[in-house]
Amino acid sequence: MNNTAIERQESTPAPGNPSSPNAGLYVHVPFCRKKCPYCGFFSVPSPTLIRPWIDALLNEIPRYRSWPGRFDTLYFGGGTPSLLDIQALETIMLCLRAHFSFSLDTEITLEANPGDLTTETIEGLRRLGINRISLGVQSFDPRALAFLGRTHTVSDAETAIRRLNDAGFENLAIDLMYGFREQSLQDWQETLQRALSFEPAHLSCYQLTVEPHTRFWKRVHTGRLLPLDEDETRTCFLTTSRLLEAHGYLHYEISSFARDERCCARHNWKYWTHAPYLGLGPAAHSFLSGKRWWNVRSVRRYIHELNAGAPPVAASETLSEEQLALEAMALGMRTSRGVSLHTIGPGQAMTHLSRFIDEGFLKITRGRVLPTRKGFLIADYLPTCLTA
Amino acid sequence: MDFSYEVSRALASCEGVLLLIDAAQGVEAQTLANLYAAMEHDLEIIPVINKIDLPSADIDRVKEEIEIDLGLDSDTALLCSAKEGTGIDAVFEAIVQRIPPPANHKDQPLRALIFDAHYDSFRGTIVSCRVFEGCIRPGDTLRLMNNRARYKVEEVGLFRLAREPKDALCAGEVGYVISGIKRVSDTRVGATITLEDDPAPEPLPGFRDIKPVVFASIYPIASDDYPSLADALEKYTLNDAALTYQKDSSAALGLGFRCGFLGLLHLEIVQERLEREYDQSIVMTSPTVEYRFLLTDGQEVRVDNPLYYPDPVTIEKGFEPYIRASILLPERYMGVVMELCLERRGLNARFNYPTMGRVEIRFDMPLGEVIYDFYDRLKTVTQGYGSFDYDLLDYRESDLVKLDILLNGERVDPLSQIVHRDGARARALRACKRLKEEIPRHLFKIAVQGAIGGTIIARSTIPPFRKDVTAKCYGGDITRKRKLLEKQKKGKKRMKMVGEVSIPQSAFVAVLKSENE
Repeated sequence: MNNTAIERQESTPAPGNPSSPNAGLYVHVPFCRKKCPYCGFFSVPSPTLIRPWIDALLNEIPRYRSWPGRFDTLYFGGGTPSLLDIQALETIMLCLRAHFSFSLDTEITLEANPGDLTTETIEGLRRLGINRISLGVQSFDPRALAFLGRTHTVSDAETAIRRLNDAGFENLAIDLMYGFREQSLQDWQETLQRALSFEPAHLSCYQLTVEPHTRFWKRVHTGRLLPLDEDETRTCFLTTSRLLEAHGYLHYEISSFARDERCCARHNWKYWTHAPYLGLGPAAHSFLSGKRWWNVRSVRRYIHELNAGAPPVAASETLSEEQLALEAMALGMRTSRGVSLHTIGPGQAMTHLSRFIDEGFLKITRGRVLPTRKGFLIADYLPTCLTA
Repeated sequence: MDFSYEVSRALASCEGVLLLIDAAQGVEAQTLANLYAAMEHDLEIIPVINKIDLPSADIDRVKEEIEIDLGLDSDTALLCSAKEGTGIDAVFEAIVQRIPPPANHKDQPLRALIFDAHYDSFRGTIVSCRVFEGCIRPGDTLRLMNNRARYKVEEVGLFRLAREPKDALCAGEVGYVISGIKRVSDTRVGATITLEDDPAPEPLPGFRDIKPVVFASIYPIASDDYPSLADALEKYTLNDAALTYQKDSSAALGLGFRCGFLGLLHLEIVQERLEREYDQSIVMTSPTVEYRFLLTDGQEVRVDNPLYYPDPVTIEKGFEPYIRASILLPERYMGVVMELCLERRGLNARFNYPTMGRVEIRFDMPLGEVIYDFYDRLKTVTQGYGSFDYDLLDYRESDLVKLDILLNGERVDPLSQIVHRDGARARALRACKRLKEEIPRHLFKIAVQGAIGGTIIARSTIPPFRKDVTAKCYGGDITRKRKLLEKQKKGKKRMKMVGEVSIPQSAFVAVLKSENE
């Protein structure tokens, strides 16, 4: 089913088209064998909680059975979703299909660790209808993998990619990381070249960000880890963008590159365009009609709330027009879609806009304001200047 | 110095004083200044050593200082700890026993001295006064001797925990008078109240006039807050008449007010209160003193705002105000303090050795040097042991120039200062360095320059930032990112745009502050 599903994307509206009524569905799998020292996503290394978590998830799903409209993406993120066995995934999938309506060409992604993908697992995933794998390769350099605290090897990654190709997983996304002293620009370019040799549909290249409450954070604050300086990370970013675009990839979001239009991560576009999305599992965020809410950031509390018949929601917010506009600007400036010209705030914002255009950070094409490659580098600075 | 006015009007209203001395700090420069002021009024002085509960209290040393520094009989000094209530009864007893009762002049025509006033939205202006002669009762018609305004007395009374109405306020008493005065500005602190029917021939001596000595401009951060700032200043001056203000405008900052303060401490209090109590977001420019210039055409101009520095070719001579600084410090800091004073153009050093190990240094010094972080520096170099007080002396001739600050070639007039030519370069370097620290990086390079006329004498560069983006922004990151942006927007609203450059509030005074050492 996967191949046909992907070809059908051609006839669907471009991903992220806000007129698309379809929502995205996210399932957070909050488990890892071991926490990576850089990762700020919510996960715990407690395999014994997996079973009770699944039961709780099966309780959470029906709570949203009256969700308006269909889903055309499903994303298993984490944590490490590939920790779940096929049986567990099947149980979850069945429950989701029983309570929600999915479009025929739904993009179904699973984040996977290279070491988890045996031929049998891959075959199992394919049979479940999973048609996109986001593979946490991080690097093709053993020293970088060691620095990042990854447990898989370079050959694990290569084997996994080969197996996925063999099994017909067209839509493969490879995650890579850069921007640390332990990896030279040369090393990084080599990793990129290796990745390109597999011609993946999608590449995510993340600059190492030192997130609070991670081991790297602690190391930076005790002086044991020295982050790369601004000019060096800037060079890495620009090199990455130029190199991948030279190979025909579209740099369509700060850290995302697609082999062609159809390969853009349809699910992630939902986040960047204020499309509705439903997040299930601990710490997952949802958004619908200007309202955002998120679940408790604790597996035990998540299980406890649902067992007690209560919603596992930690908090919610209803966004004002102004907040929506600010978010739309912030998100838009992170993508090659940019924002519509008429959303640029009045007064000062226009002065800023013309300066940003003059200096090559932004450009205007068909009524939209788009960030240039250089503009991506200051995407977090632009919104406060461009909104009233 | 800042509050010598408050001290002087309190002294004029009483018969005796408690001279409080910190048991750990001992006699300080302010102690001497206040003692002299009390002696001028010929008041009974009771020395009180407070804070005797402190572990660092050294009563014997303080007693010795009272004998030698102050020339008072240390046996008459009382010991107390106001915090713990120790010895307080003895203080009250001494007030009763040792301070002479007010002379009884009940039968003479009313003369009452206004020493304070505040505004109550229900009762109008409430005047605090000391009755020297005669009596005042509700129903009387009072007359303010300075402007002959008449008011019907509604209520008189004493200050207890709350206001306590009385039938009459008579000679010797301190209390309040409510008489339908709508505005505080109608009363003048230091004025004399008498009765319309039986007026006194002469007003009481009053107080010496207060004049602002430090000037700075206040601008609203957002120009449409100007009316609200105007309103706040009017309300503020109801109970701080010492603040003077008038309309002002600047090319960089728009409409604002030029304010006069009694000193730097007063300035800081005003700034703080306007922000906290009156909820104003303001920019305050670098404080300055009033300079005088004799022009070639014989005219003399007074300049309390660098903006109005005259065309240099028309200046015959410049003059700046001098003070007599009195600094009391442990002898071991003498070297560093001398150095500091000479660096600040101190002249005519005189020394006094009141007790073993302590020195009083007196200097004539330009006031303009004092407002430039002198007090902070003094505290730093003496590790907090030096104390400082000053009196205004006179105006003296001085070679004054205007130091301008340019951001990317554009002069930012609120950052201009009038300085002595010899110190101009050092000041300019310091200002450029501080501005580099205070102004956030922009997308473009910012050149910060110090200039006299067309000559650049100092420069620093604020490099542009080249990257501001996080790698990931998915479902769970959006709210956090928005909150961060909202915070940044708010911070931005507290910055003043000058040309293309956003300048934070703090930068305007930072040019005058010492480096963080």
